[in-house]
Amino acid sequence: MVIYGVALLAICTLVGAFVGDMLGIVLGVESNVGGVGVGMLLLVLIVDALKKKGKLELKSQEGLNFWSSMYIPIVVAMSAQQNVVAAVKGGPVAIIAGAGSVVISFLLVPVLSKIGQKQRNAEAITPEYREEPVR
Amino acid sequence: MMDTLVSVFKDNGLVLSFALIGAIMYISYFLSAKLTRGRIHGSAIAIILGLFVAYLGGLNTGGEKGLADIGIFTGIGMMGGGMLRDFAIVSTAFGASFDEIKKAGLGGVISLFLGVIVSFVFGVVIALSFGYTDAVSLTTIGAGTVTYIVGPVTGSAIGASSEVMALSIAAGLVKSVFTMTFTPFVAKYIGLNNPQSALVFGGLLGTTSGVAGGLAATDPKLVPYGALTATFYTGLGCLIVPSLFFVVMKAFFA
Repeated sequence: MVIYGVALLAICTLVGAFVGDMLGIVLGVESNVGGVGVGMLLLVLIVDALKKKGKLELKSQEGLNFWSSMYIPIVVAMSAQQNVVAAVKGGPVAIIAGAGSVVISFLLVPVLSKIGQKQRNAEAITPEYREEPVR
Repeated sequence: MMDTLVSVFKDNGLVLSFALIGAIMYISYFLSAKLTRGRIHGSAIAIILGLFVAYLGGLNTGGEKGLADIGIFTGIGMMGGGMLRDFAIVSTAFGASFDEIKKAGLGGVISLFLGVIVSFVFGVVIALSFGYTDAVSLTTIGAGTVTYIVGPVTGSAIGASSEVMALSIAAGLVKSVFTMTFTPFVAKYIGLNNPQSALVFGGLLGTTSGVAGGLAATDPKLVPYGALTATFYTGLGCLIVPSLFFVVMKAFFA
């Protein structure tokens, strides 16, 4: 049933939020420490385990798929309720930070490609590795 | 009749926001296809439009919650509020699997961590140079430089102001649009022409729409490799930025 997928997602989100809040208390920072990340991690692990056992039926997956396809629209709604008028004054920060990080990341691509290249060449010998489709 | 319509809208705030955001999405994807021939992804245009209507709302009401301050649009506040946002973000982890990350190899994993760290540190440095000094604002702007999701997730977790959150979304958005636009032009200079460099590229840039759009314009065959690592980027950011990075930032900035 669709609700099973939605419920699973809800449980992961709630557990993540709880763990995040507890971590915040332990660390004394009065904030939710990585709760969303914990929730994502949980979901990946549980979905993985359920799929391997063949216990996650298609209908349940639809419930998860629906919410993940609502993600961008929800982000748009989130953007529509920010204090943009005040933020415009700080606009250059956003432009410089965003653009600069792209430039730096571009520059790092050739550096890091070398690290993996040796390993990839070594692994590419096994034919099934090369032929495995990557989503 | 007008009164009835307004009261229907007010009573169905969340439902109205679904219709409204749907319309924004439609316009955005239309503009993306017609004006930019798909070069700038519809999702990026939609977020720009979202920020734009928030700007209009703010000008109109003088409030701090953008469009959500206007009576009939309060439902936007519910749809884009922290609860549904975190719920939808967690759901994006569906489809990712740790078997996949093994395919990315060591280079892919290193690029993921380095990508998050480098973007974050750069964002913090820029925020510092513009006079932000508190750990919460610095961390949120740094987080926005990671992606436009990590920014507001971090900001609301650690209690940043809406203004700083908007900045963090904007920073992530600039990153995404720049990646989509400039990747095809720099591809040959940074050796972006094989699966391994595409994996590394996805891990370093991490903005899913930017990586997919940029690689599609460069060479569509590379998209799956970049997407493979980029899928994990926002999740990794949501995990370590509001936790580890924030604690470190708090130690340095009061």
